[in-house]
Amino acid sequence: MTRKQKKVLYRIIISSVLLAGIMILTHFVEWNRWIQLGLYLIPYIIIGYDILRKAALGVYHRELFDENFLMAVATVGAMSLAVWKGEEFAEGVAVMLFYQIGELFQSYAVGKSRKSITDLMDIRPDFANIEGEHGLEQVDPEEVAVGTIIVVQPGERVPIDGRIVEGTTTLNTSALTGESLPRECKAGDEVISGCVNISGLIKIETTKEFGDSTVAKILDLVENSSMKKSHSENFITKFAKIYTPVVCYSALALAVLPPLFRLLILHQPANWGGWISSALTFLVISCPCALVISVPLSFFGGIGGASARGILVKGSSYLETLSKVRYMVFDKTGTLTKGVFQVTDICPAGEMKKEELLYYAAYAESYSNHPISRSLKEAYGKEIDNQILSQVTEIGGHGVTANINDVPVAAGNRKLMEQLQLAYKEPEQAGTIVHIAVNHQYTGYILINDVVKEHSKEAITGLKAAGIKKNIMLTGDSRHVAEAVGADLGVDEVYSELLPADKVEQVERLLEQKGEKEKLAFVGDGINDAPVLSRADIGIAMGALGSDAAIEAADVVLMDDDPLKIALAMKISRKTLRIVYENIVFALVIKAVCLVLSPLNLVNMWMAIFADVGVMVIAVLNATRALRTKKM
Amino acid sequence: MKKTYKIEVDCANCALKMEEAAKKTAGIADATVSFMTQKMNVIFEEDADVDAVMKAVSKACKKVEPDCEIFL
Repeated sequence: MTRKQKKVLYRIIISSVLLAGIMILTHFVEWNRWIQLGLYLIPYIIIGYDILRKAALGVYHRELFDENFLMAVATVGAMSLAVWKGEEFAEGVAVMLFYQIGELFQSYAVGKSRKSITDLMDIRPDFANIEGEHGLEQVDPEEVAVGTIIVVQPGERVPIDGRIVEGTTTLNTSALTGESLPRECKAGDEVISGCVNISGLIKIETTKEFGDSTVAKILDLVENSSMKKSHSENFITKFAKIYTPVVCYSALALAVLPPLFRLLILHQPANWGGWISSALTFLVISCPCALVISVPLSFFGGIGGASARGILVKGSSYLETLSKVRYMVFDKTGTLTKGVFQVTDICPAGEMKKEELLYYAAYAESYSNHPISRSLKEAYGKEIDNQILSQVTEIGGHGVTANINDVPVAAGNRKLMEQLQLAYKEPEQAGTIVHIAVNHQYTGYILINDVVKEHSKEAITGLKAAGIKKNIMLTGDSRHVAEAVGADLGVDEVYSELLPADKVEQVERLLEQKGEKEKLAFVGDGINDAPVLSRADIGIAMGALGSDAAIEAADVVLMDDDPLKIALAMKISRKTLRIVYENIVFALVIKAVCLVLSPLNLVNMWMAIFADVGVMVIAVLNATRALRTKKM
Repeated sequence: MKKTYKIEVDCANCALKMEEAAKKTAGIADATVSFMTQKMNVIFEEDADVDAVMKAVSKACKKVEPDCEIFL
């Protein structure tokens, strides 16, 4: 508890003890009414002085109609009514007491969840270690220049982006990506700030300033996320602005009109006391705190919970939009596929063995740095001995010919085979095909594909289950490949052979087609698709660690490149919105029922206090559920 | 120009009131107050005297919410 909260707690304890004592005393001792009032005023002032002061200041500054004003009027009214009608004074004191208990609880609960959320997001490194004359010195990360060697000990957080120059270790990236599997790192590897060093001591040469480092970027993003307010939040703000004065005037009307009506029209006794007490009850019920506090808290919890899973949402409005997404548009390469070429099939012809075919292909292509060649070398996996290689000739757009151990080898596409006048077999599978001829004989082909990510299919199915109407894939790749991948993943529509500008056009067309309330999201890896990311209703960038352009252009940033996170993000947004609506409906219904019942004298002050404080407490507790995303 | 200030405020509604007050202050183009992160983001109008404007903002906020604090 903070100092302020503790003070309120003491005031609550003291005034409840006093109130109970006075209630018991007055039960046994017959005191003058004024002495009784004086006695009751002691706990009342102790518990309520700050509320009264704020209410008075509010009146003075013409800032009427906040909850302080409501409570002050209600309790002062209850006390005056008790004086006038000769009733118990305890009620007014109790109302104030319960109100303060509710406020204290709320501020404690909110403070606590705020802390757990900020702790979750707190990846700010406190210091960087620099080797000085007297061993390690701790300095402020902001003061470290680019190119400085910093030391990160086990258990410490990497403060600045850089490259390892010495040492090997495992890094825990979970604070950034939500990924619990630690990452092995050795000298030469790039490391990003925010990771926690688990095992070994490493020395890092910084490549960025602190302000440009990943951790600073993420912190900036997260801290500003609650600034972009959602429709629900804005609705509540506007609502409270209209609601409170309306309620105050209704209460006034309730206190004055029915008695006048009785007096003047029905010629009956006015029963001022009864109606005024109804009006006061009405006021207590009507306090909008439950909504005003729980709605932003839910959003904040949702954003916090998402960031714990490596999903950064740039504002509560985006969290809200995310729940309304019905069309999910994907970029293919790097989003649904790994964007890395791999050998997926080796089909030798005749007596050639698979390993042999790969050996020839890898050697023939070994001089090239093309992604295809690299994938062949990687699949081969052994050291290439340049000694046995001679007469390497690259034929642009066709392939390569070379002599391996003086055996002529040709590796390339179908054009090369045609040029060499060799009969070849064109397979039906999609992908890039490398045909190989050894010693002027066709010996088979190797199929190379951009590999689909492990979870892509699961992600698409998951999104369908989460209410996505259409999953659409856009790609610059050839139609053949695109359609094969699309069919494999179960994507609904595929648009292929698109240039970056075509992608924007395609998204715009889709935006026009969809319904008013349906939203369209674009998921990309941030390379070349910044315009599309910003054009869509909501742009999701994945694998964005280190890609500044993507972080800037996107509304939702997935820290790792697992497509399953898209469905998870949607689930979190749905859950948050559900909690928000639950709270709005719950609070409004309870209040409406009490408000309707109070003029009928069916609700007393005690029930009114529940309608206010109780509803608020329940709403706040419900809101903190938004933070829990661990098991989703 | 944009600046962020740390604030201390007790309730969400009070934060809203501070935001309103800050927005109305002369020299402020836009302001947002986040109760959750206890921060105030301020966008100043061009050629505004930041220190003076923030003093005015602080005063305006104190007026609507006596318990608030802006750490300048």
